[in-house]
Amino acid sequence: MSSRARISGRSYWFVVFHQLKHEPVALFSALLLLLIFLAAIFAPWLAPSDPYATSMIHRLQPIGSPDHLLGTDELGRDMLSRLMFGGRLSLLMGVAPVFMAFVIGSSIGLFAGYVGGKINMIIMRMLDVFYAFPSVLLAVAISGALGPGMMNSLFALTLVFIPQLVRVAESVTTQVRKLDYIEAARMSGARSFSIIRVHVLGNVLGPVFVYATGLLSVSMILGSGLSFLGLGVKPPEPEWGLMLNTLRSAIFKEPLIAALPGAMIFVTSIAFNLLADGVRSAMDIKR
Amino acid sequence: MFFYVLRRLLYAIPIALGVTLISFLLVYLAPGDPLNAIAPSDAPAETIAALKVAYGLDKPLPMQYGLWLLRAVQGDLGVSIASGRPVAAEVLTAVRNTLVLAGIAGAIGIFFGCLLGALAGYWHGSWIDRIATFLSVIGVSVPHYWLGMVLTIIFSTWLAWFPAMGAGPGGSAEWLWDYAHMRHLVLPAITLCVIPLGIITRTVRALVADMLDQEFVIALRARGLSNATIFKHVAKNTAPTVLAVSGLQLGYLMGGSILVETVFAWPGTGFLLNTAIFQRDIPVLQGTILILCMFFVALNLIVDIIQPLIDPRMARA
Repeated sequence: MSSRARISGRSYWFVVFHQLKHEPVALFSALLLLLIFLAAIFAPWLAPSDPYATSMIHRLQPIGSPDHLLGTDELGRDMLSRLMFGGRLSLLMGVAPVFMAFVIGSSIGLFAGYVGGKINMIIMRMLDVFYAFPSVLLAVAISGALGPGMMNSLFALTLVFIPQLVRVAESVTTQVRKLDYIEAARMSGARSFSIIRVHVLGNVLGPVFVYATGLLSVSMILGSGLSFLGLGVKPPEPEWGLMLNTLRSAIFKEPLIAALPGAMIFVTSIAFNLLADGVRSAMDIKR
Repeated sequence: MFFYVLRRLLYAIPIALGVTLISFLLVYLAPGDPLNAIAPSDAPAETIAALKVAYGLDKPLPMQYGLWLLRAVQGDLGVSIASGRPVAAEVLTAVRNTLVLAGIAGAIGIFFGCLLGALAGYWHGSWIDRIATFLSVIGVSVPHYWLGMVLTIIFSTWLAWFPAMGAGPGGSAEWLWDYAHMRHLVLPAITLCVIPLGIITRTVRALVADMLDQEFVIALRARGLSNATIFKHVAKNTAPTVLAVSGLQLGYLMGGSILVETVFAWPGTGFLLNTAIFQRDIPVLQGTILILCMFFVALNLIVDIIQPLIDPRMARA
């Protein structure tokens, strides 16, 4: 039984992937993201110079300088290297909170939706309170109270996304739970755990996954935004949001360099969003 | 309708209480003793003991929450550690400036979002549709704090059309509806309006395109009604959803303005929150969050109440 379920599961994702191949925009976005991720992951080997090495005489060199392809920042550090290294933390800020919220949120949502009744109502009403907080405000409030630091902002962002993912997982689970084949599985003597794992999970993960991919760009913009406010990554660590903040003093002298880290956030987040749109429509066609 | 409003009100009360509870607990989320949030760290021991009694910190947690809530309801949100002034007064000045910014940005975003979305939905698949879709993707993807910087570079540094910082001439924090102050509003408002613009364009486009395919619209058209009349029918049917999304977006703007306010040194809640966080001024942090969220809860309640006025079927659900 379970092996058959796995085969059909694989073919479903295969169909989705196959659909995705026919969407040039999504494909291009995926390629762009791959490039950005690779540049960030292999930064120690690819970067032309040390991202921490300051040089007072080479401050704010313009873009296209012979030694520094993308110029230097306000402390004379090589921008290209810092942008490559900066991608590591910024991308982590985009992916890690969404992944953690995905795991925790869909578990809570599955539980609440499957159990149903009063327990479901209590869990969902409690989460409604978090909906009364605009997400930026909640993230700033939590990481502001905890104090500056990257772990604190990761924690705050995870907490912001959990209620949203719980809501998606819960609503799908509630719909699926009422279907006849779940009743049939229960009648054949299946335990709750195996019903959830074999019969419910596959139906729920898809919609939650689509929703979560849509959150990637939000998470990165918010995470970099927290660093921009000085709540996340601490200097001299390279991170796009923080670089944008420290380069604000340079907007009169070298505006193009000052805008560069933000352009990276922008491009990455567009790619995340277009890919998410592609995944969404690819999965809809199947249904 | 009466019972609908009553039910909505009753539903909002536990939410509002939950918000107060989370705001209250923020103090305990902060590392160290909550007293650190009230007394300076070098205060003498007897002062700390006296403060502990004065703030009721010697009592059990639920009772502390009750006392805090009782004071908060009466408008007493404590005293700022940094300035020594009542938190409520400081927050209200800042909230006013934030509401001006978020209100104007929201109005621009909602108006142009509806316009662009309606055009794109009507000429589904045309070049207008493609432009609108492109703009809405940009709207939801752009880090608005960066957009603010780029606008500053273009319109303040290069063209020198608009001032880059503050809410008025000479760094005044008092908002006035005159030309000198409006000039300061242009760049932050345009920056901030991009967020609702993208999402509302997307929502309206999908709704209108969907609605035009519905049988009642085809029936109206078959009966020879003009485009203007059909527009009226479509507008009335899309309004409740657009209203709900707009209300949410307006609320998000009050929170989202934090980053934009920092870029433009706008003397609103974002600016207040930012200073409070770095001075470890927890009462101000707590008060600002509480008041902003209460605005958000009230906004959602108002949207819930207006919706059935447009579409009476909603009150029966």
